[in-house]
Amino acid sequence: MLDHTIDPNTWISNYADYMFNYAITRVNDREMAKDLVQDTFVAGLKSMENFKGEASERTWLISILKRKIIDYYRKKNSKKGQAEVRVGYMNEDQEGDWLEERVADPFSKDAQDIIENAELGKAISECMAKLPKKQKQVFEMKTILDYETKAICNELGITSSNLWVIIHRARITLADCMKKNWF
Amino acid sequence: MKKRFLFISCEQAYLICDKAQYGEANLWERFELMLRLSWCKFARAYTKDNCALTAAIHSSKDKLLTEIEREEFRKNLERLIHKQPQH
Repeated sequence: MLDHTIDPNTWISNYADYMFNYAITRVNDREMAKDLVQDTFVAGLKSMENFKGEASERTWLISILKRKIIDYYRKKNSKKGQAEVRVGYMNEDQEGDWLEERVADPFSKDAQDIIENAELGKAISECMAKLPKKQKQVFEMKTILDYETKAICNELGITSSNLWVIIHRARITLADCMKKNWF
Repeated sequence: MKKRFLFISCEQAYLICDKAQYGEANLWERFELMLRLSWCKFARAYTKDNCALTAAIHSSKDKLLTEIEREEFRKNLERLIHKQPQH
């Protein structure tokens, strides 16, 4: 009997943030981290039948993502002519058996750092999820994506004063939430 | 709200403080804020929380997915799920 089930419809809401955080901590490139997470979802979908339910869905997806990260460094290294990847690859027929292999993570950073980073990122994400849609959109554009005030105003059709009022409300809600959950 | 020379209200101080978090408060606004901070404990408390929030976000903002990016993932995954052969 399977201990765990798999449902791709819940992957984004349940694991996208965690996986992105995991990937970007290791590759340090936002676009590449997004690509790796996307590739992981594709590989996960293709090999869903190989999911044996022995570990959680998240562990299974992360083991695929680890492979993708290794692959990324392998390609990057081979481009430089200095391949240094130590982990042996399995053949394509075995794709999806990542879990059973329980890949060691050669890019593992200091555990305490990773846990703290992941926890802080999670706390901020959870607090941001509580913001009303408009506030969240404006706050993300201004704070996370570093858009110019003028660009946001043009895109959303709001005035600069409106923008600062929205940012102010978002920051009050976030500071309050972070006080309860983090500070 | 009527603005008096040199003396700004708490609400104005909050807005200037927000702008300052993004480096968008001008020199005069920063001076007005400093003046308010010198005697207003509410403005000081707000500034303290606001700076802590900025520091927290700054240290992990590169690791946060935006709603736009999450939606992009969702659309791609839904497209792929529909392409999957049904068993």
